[in-house]
Amino acid sequence: METIFTDVLCIGAGLAGERVAIEAASAGFETICLSIVPPRRSHSSAAQGGMQAALGHSAMGEGDCPDVHFEDTVKGSDWGCDQEVARLFADRAPEAVREMAFWGLPWNRVVPGRSTYFKGGKQYEKVEATEKEGLITARDFGGTAKWRTCYTSDGTGHTLLYTMDNKVVELGVRVHDRVEAISLIHDGQTCSGAVARCLKTGKLRVYLAKATLIATGGYGRIYRETTNAVINDGGGAIIALDTEVVPLGNPEAIQFHPTGIVPTNILVTEGCRGDGGTLLDVNGQRFMHEYEPEKAELASRDVVSRWMTHHIRTGLGVKSPYGDHLWLDIRHLGEKHIKTKLREVEEICNNFLGIDPITQLIPVRPAQHYTMAGVRTNKDGAAYGLKGLFSAGEAACWDMHGLNRLGGNSLAETVVAGKIVGEKIVEFLKGYEVQYNTAIIRSGVIKQQERIERLVSGKNGNDNVYEIRSAMQDELMERVGIFRNGPDLQKAVENLQEIHERAKKVGLRSNGKGVNPELTLALKIQSMVRLALCTAYAALQRTESRGCHAREDFEARNDRDWWNRTLATWREGDDLPTLDYEPATQVVELPPGERGYGVCKIISCDGDVIGDGTS
Amino acid sequence: MGRRLKFNIFRYNPQDPDSVPHTDTFYLAETESMTLFIALTDIREEQDSSLQFDFCCRAGICGACAMMINGRPNLACKTLTKDLPDEITLMPLPIFKLIGDLSVDTGTWFREMNEKVESWVHTSKSFDPSADEERMDDAVAEEIYELERCIECGCCVAACGTANMRRDFVGAVAMNRIARFMLDPRDQRTEAEYFEIIGTDEGIFGCMGLLGCEDVCPKHLPLQDQLGILRRKMGWSAVKELFRFGK
Ligand SMILES: Cc1cc2nc3c(=O)[nH]c(=O)nc-3n(C[C@H](O)[C@H](O)[C@H](O)COP(=O)(O)OP(=O)(O)OC[C@H]3O[C@@H](n4cnc5c(N)ncnc54)[C@H](O)[C@@H]3O)c2cc1C
Ligand code: SF4
Ligand code: SF4
Ligand code: FES
Repeated sequence: METIFTDVLCIGAGLAGERVAIEAASAGFETICLSIVPPRRSHSSAAQGGMQAALGHSAMGEGDCPDVHFEDTVKGSDWGCDQEVARLFADRAPEAVREMAFWGLPWNRVVPGRSTYFKGGKQYEKVEATEKEGLITARDFGGTAKWRTCYTSDGTGHTLLYTMDNKVVELGVRVHDRVEAISLIHDGQTCSGAVARCLKTGKLRVYLAKATLIATGGYGRIYRETTNAVINDGGGAIIALDTEVVPLGNPEAIQFHPTGIVPTNILVTEGCRGDGGTLLDVNGQRFMHEYEPEKAELASRDVVSRWMTHHIRTGLGVKSPYGDHLWLDIRHLGEKHIKTKLREVEEICNNFLGIDPITQLIPVRPAQHYTMAGVRTNKDGAAYGLKGLFSAGEAACWDMHGLNRLGGNSLAETVVAGKIVGEKIVEFLKGYEVQYNTAIIRSGVIKQQERIERLVSGKNGNDNVYEIRSAMQDELMERVGIFRNGPDLQKAVENLQEIHERAKKVGLRSNGKGVNPELTLALKIQSMVRLALCTAYAALQRTESRGCHAREDFEARNDRDWWNRTLATWREGDDLPTLDYEPATQVVELPPGERGYGVCKIISCDGDVIGDGTS
Repeated sequence: MGRRLKFNIFRYNPQDPDSVPHTDTFYLAETESMTLFIALTDIREEQDSSLQFDFCCRAGICGACAMMINGRPNLACKTLTKDLPDEITLMPLPIFKLIGDLSVDTGTWFREMNEKVESWVHTSKSFDPSADEERMDDAVAEEIYELERCIECGCCVAACGTANMRRDFVGAVAMNRIARFMLDPRDQRTEAEYFEIIGTDEGIFGCMGLLGCEDVCPKHLPLQDQLGILRRKMGWSAVKELFRFGK
């Protein structure tokens, strides 16, 4: 068996994984990144809109500072986040943006003088200060008090990732691309690397490391309709859950983005609404300002997605062969703005819909978008349950997003957390020596080899892996979506348990040789269904509404009973996760209150009822 | 609608000793707004689950899915079947190492390219976390972004006559990258240093200027302009070098 030794193993070479790698390599530690795809194709590259950091250079961002960013983040999370982490994040985001500029990122800059902008379909004027000329500028995003989202046109994720990978190349950090980690090597206490499958040859390989990082991004592909890339199918969460000791934080916390295009669910950025785009119904009428007089189209994502779904349910959606949808209107922003600031959007509409957004409306509806859920870590990024295991980025539940993350806060998280967790790994490694237990390594490898043999030979059965995945995706879409309720969730759990049984009986139809794609999925399918069960079951237990988790049968946010975080682990042989809970935050800088948007009904810590459920 | 599409797909699994390069034929009923991503996924899930190909973002953003589509390199995910004839022939990109069927190893190639052109800002300054960022004109930022939009898909390389003849040719993508850094005031490299990298036959002087590259670039990068600018600049550098070294 090919065995590779390194100090740090970063599983994932998106923004978070590479940022950690840069920190570790700069401190002199040998570092290897693994990635399913060449690093620059990681899904970070698809982020369009921008990255939040309180620089306060733009006119509409005047007076902004980390304190305001912190407050927006906590409110956005519906008080589900760890406030110490949110504070750390907000304080260090400006530095992270500047560092990326120093490394070569072409951020858009302040252009002094008068210019116009749109809000709610109306045109306004702003004046940018001459003394700010050439500093990094920002655009508006949902759920924020100030314009704070730094951007490069609508290719922010792309430029961030290219700049980051440039740095990785400069430092000579090795990236083993087309290598997929399929299990962690551990003894129940310490993690010492991973077993991986090479996606160029199909062969297994062992990586032994003093510190292992899970930075595998989100896992939206457990849902059928998602904005996520096809590779976002849960690899990182799976290898953590399979340890039986590392918990997933808040698996019920799944975000839907208001504007996936219909039918392909490709995202058009929140920047469309940030820049003044509006949502229209079947009658060509705006409706968001009726539900949210203050923030209208720019309330937080969970809120906008819910009102859109509600509006469609009242019969005001646009009928189509792919189901009902609404319209996104950016026509009034004009050709120049669309062709410079929203050019990816323009390309996507033209290529995938045959629609020209300069003159035509864009069909949209909410689609799964972000997993706040993830490998639970402490504020240093160290995973619960195993020493030597860390996590960062969308894969982690660090937890600055709580039950809802704000647009632009996720790119920012990858870079800020990447830096912080990188620093902590460096601290951890100083003077840290390990002995590798060969028996554990061998048994870990044999287990994977046997799994592969059984799948190829059909010893477990011959259930079709694609059908099982499809059944799981439908179940989540149908019953664990934007609005949730007890009976549906109960049904989802039962159905998923059945699907879980079927997943154990998967057998390949092809020969499984080399980089066989059917085998790649078959190796994951059972644990993918477990991820789905974690989401459904935790959602069933959480009898309140908070952030993205909206229970029709429990409409209030219940700070008395549910101001906490779910921790889900999976014991081998079980058919449900084990759920534990911990307080959402140890440090309370901003006591629970009203968000200022969305339905307001709160059961306070003392049990008082605030608000009546209208906004 | 209602067309029955015929797909001729190149097949070869180098990891399987029994596999030989050949073409397989598949049929599919065309559906509305069908892309090659939808079609190939369907073929894999319904007809042949061993079929290898690469998709990631499926939105024309990540560059994973370039292949030869009826003889021309393009991103499969953003190719609509309605723009193609009834018979569709799919081949892997040439030049890049074959992994299997339609899947090729672009990762290794592009990493080497990035190393060769030293695709990063070269500066003697160090980062000061407490200071404001250095100022930059927004127009300059946008010019840089224009060239930074390359998604390293490899279409331009596959379409390039020179690259097909000589494997050490860096390709339009590398030249575009150099042009991007030459625009960037933060990069302190001199013209002579850029010249070192691409003022050669593997670089700008190997380019025959036939512009196969620009025609196929799915991001519509202005490769023709950049190659022209580089040729002029590097031509001058070549003259200067000649005098300096008296070659
Ligand atoms: C369409 C879209 C638009 C977005 N726009 C914005 C935005 O405007 N602003 C914002 O803040 N956020 C945005 N987000 C969210 C944000 O882009 C992501 O949360 C963030 O980029 C995730 O970065 P990451 O480094 O954690 O993961 P990723 O970039 O997804 O990288 C994951 C890495 O892990 C690797 N990997 C996965 N599994 C394995 C395995 N088993 N073994 C080895 N490697 C593995 C992958 O190959 C990849 O290299 C957007 C998300 C989407 C989907
Ligand atoms: S113009 Fe130059 S780089 Fe472009 S295809 Fe022709 S030879 Fe290749
Ligand atoms: S220049 Fe264009 S064709 Fe070439 S790799 Fe970049 S995006 Fe692809
Ligand atoms: S899959 Fe990303 S460009 Fe086609």
